[in-house]
Amino acid sequence: MSEDKAVTTPAKSDGATLTKDAAPGETLLKVTGLQKHFPIKKGLLQRQVGAVHAVDGLDFEVRAGETLGVVGESGCGKSTMGRLITRLLEPTGGKVEFEGKDITHLGVGGMRPLRRDVQMIFQDPYSSLNPRHTIGTIIGAPFKLQGVTPEGGIKKEVQRLLSVVGLNPEHYNRYPHEFSGGQRQRIGIARALALNPKLVVADEPVSALDVSIQAQVVNLLDDLQQELGLTYVIIAHDLSVVRHVSDRIAVMYLGKIVELADRESLYRAPMHPYTKALMSAVPIPDPRRKSAKSERILLKGDVPSPISPPSGCRFHTRCWKATEICKTTEPKLTELKPGQQVACHHPENFEDQAPQDTVLLTMAKEAAELVADEVLAESAETSAAVAAEVAETPEAPEAPAIQEAAESTEAAEPETGEK
Amino acid sequence: MTELSKSGAAVGEPTSTSPAPTSFLEVRDLKVHFPTDDGLVKSVDGLSFTLEKGKTLGIVGESGSGKSVTSLGIMGLHTAGQYGKRKARISGEIWLDGTELLSADPDEVRKLRGREMSMIFQDPLSALHPYYTIGQQIVEAYRIHHDVDKKTAKKRAVEMLDRVGIPQPDKRVDNYPHEFSGGMRQRAMIAMSLVNNPELLIADEPTTALDVTVQAQILDLIRDLQKEFGSAVIIITHDLGVVAELADDILVMYGGRCVERGPADKVFYEPRHPYTWGLLGSMPRLDREQQERLIPVKGSPPSLINIPSGCAFNPRCPYADVPKDNVTRTVRPELAEVGSRHWAACHMTQEQRERIWTEEIAPKL
Repeated sequence: MSEDKAVTTPAKSDGATLTKDAAPGETLLKVTGLQKHFPIKKGLLQRQVGAVHAVDGLDFEVRAGETLGVVGESGCGKSTMGRLITRLLEPTGGKVEFEGKDITHLGVGGMRPLRRDVQMIFQDPYSSLNPRHTIGTIIGAPFKLQGVTPEGGIKKEVQRLLSVVGLNPEHYNRYPHEFSGGQRQRIGIARALALNPKLVVADEPVSALDVSIQAQVVNLLDDLQQELGLTYVIIAHDLSVVRHVSDRIAVMYLGKIVELADRESLYRAPMHPYTKALMSAVPIPDPRRKSAKSERILLKGDVPSPISPPSGCRFHTRCWKATEICKTTEPKLTELKPGQQVACHHPENFEDQAPQDTVLLTMAKEAAELVADEVLAESAETSAAVAAEVAETPEAPEAPAIQEAAESTEAAEPETGEK
Repeated sequence: MTELSKSGAAVGEPTSTSPAPTSFLEVRDLKVHFPTDDGLVKSVDGLSFTLEKGKTLGIVGESGSGKSVTSLGIMGLHTAGQYGKRKARISGEIWLDGTELLSADPDEVRKLRGREMSMIFQDPLSALHPYYTIGQQIVEAYRIHHDVDKKTAKKRAVEMLDRVGIPQPDKRVDNYPHEFSGGMRQRAMIAMSLVNNPELLIADEPTTALDVTVQAQILDLIRDLQKEFGSAVIIITHDLGVVAELADDILVMYGGRCVERGPADKVFYEPRHPYTWGLLGSMPRLDREQQERLIPVKGSPPSLINIPSGCAFNPRCPYADVPKDNVTRTVRPELAEVGSRHWAACHMTQEQRERIWTEEIAPKL
């Protein structure tokens, strides 16, 4: 613990700490098949009667220096995912590797040295700070827990951190209740940064804040990343905030990643119908677009229960494109375009992955009624265009599927009408 | 409060002495103050606006700007709660369809509440009673204002649940609130508030607790219902996206006062108050190219006990020194007409604001 000087002077790009450092772009965190099932127990004997499949098989990696945004509706498992990768929860299955080291089932003691590298910012700045401690104690706690003495003493370091996050260092002795919501969130950020971590997992860092304050905190996170070379996993439900902060974005639905792509590709041409619906649902702050309501895709009903998630593709109960195969076979998360992974049989803005399957499910027909004709026509057009393009290039892996597609032209499946 | 009573009448606004209301809803110089141990909290401090039937007014502002207090004031819910000496002090006038609510008999107001005007609250889980079924609660709201038997009222409840898009309404009517999902609870609450066909509907952050996909459903529902019933709607939110979707007029509140009011199009495309600029700049937008950086409003919202002297926004305003003689720190600006049906309260001249907006702010958004 003698070479832990990096705490005092945050180095550029990556702090030279501890063991080896991942260079920017290298994999910092790798998650394979991650699962978390919360048991439901009932009766006198507390027998397990079922499980909440909060996170059900996630595969992704976080590269050093980037920001991975995670979006999804409430109950999709994004917060559970955040707590799993910081190992605040014990995974039921799968593997979490941090800098090549398997940390999936490390005990409390085993995790302790890693706590320095992985930190978390919590959603609610009111409940995540102990009201009985001064902020000096709160921000200084990581040093005491880790047995680190920064250069110049803990107090000096805490004051430096306070000024880094834009608070007055003289407020060292104040209590959390003396601060506003935005300021408290800054305190939470200062605490997370105290040990100069490599990975910061932020769970809804701005959703409890007012818009004007939200922008301040977003900018602060941005500045800190540039200065300290931090890697972020930012979990949020606000798609515009996520777009603003992230390099890559994972969209979650019912415990699964349905799409994982670069920010630009995702927002320009979302491939999973759920991503498309989610993005179209965001109200646009532009009164002149009020008339353009038809672009909106209204999803039917609510997210199904994660206790018994739907078979096959989990989105098929609300998807307007669902066919028989969606009900039976679960689509795998595959890279269809460079930098864009999607788990769907009938992706948007791309050629159909299961064009031979043309029988729409009844619920899909109902759901399609809620989708404006313009949206359907446009999605059919782009998909057909992409399919035609792919058909011309012989090395496309889906080429045989395309030929089959040409033979079956069914009105209910507009994506196949490319010839 | 007497020292404040004359300040609310603004240029281009009806003065508080003119008795004849011309609009469906007219709020004149509304003040809601709460005495506390730390001092007088001036939550709403001189607010005036009008609203016609079939129109939607969006009230935006940060937390603590007085949005919700205004709506509770209109509903007459501040005086209802007795906190001993801690009662809210309310002054001004609220005219609803020719009746002045603040000076009216409480029993009179009670007859109007729920029937003429009703409210959708932010958190349906705490607004619905956990001990009664959804049906019982809607039936109660209906029977208070209509002399009908329980059976008819229940039929009406089922009808309303069906109208707001709850599947199998005849079964769900007997469910308890905890058996509903968040979106369905909000629908049930909308059903309850519309069961008496109110002429004025106040929605206080109706979608803040909901996911985007559900939010889209609820906003659609509110819009359709308004078309169907022709009610006047006040929608209170901090989300500019939501107001842009629904509102005809927008009122921006800051520190208990209106800083800008006008047609939605004007407020979004020709805003004339630095705080409105700040709100627009703080918001990442999906419909635009990625901004490099957001432009936040510096500092934090003011304390309502010690509202800054002069313009309440001056400590956070980047242009506070543009007007001469330190006037922003000493004189409170009144709402002044800056266009047709468009008012803003700022000391800068029209030309200065127009120039700053077109040259400095608009290109960065």
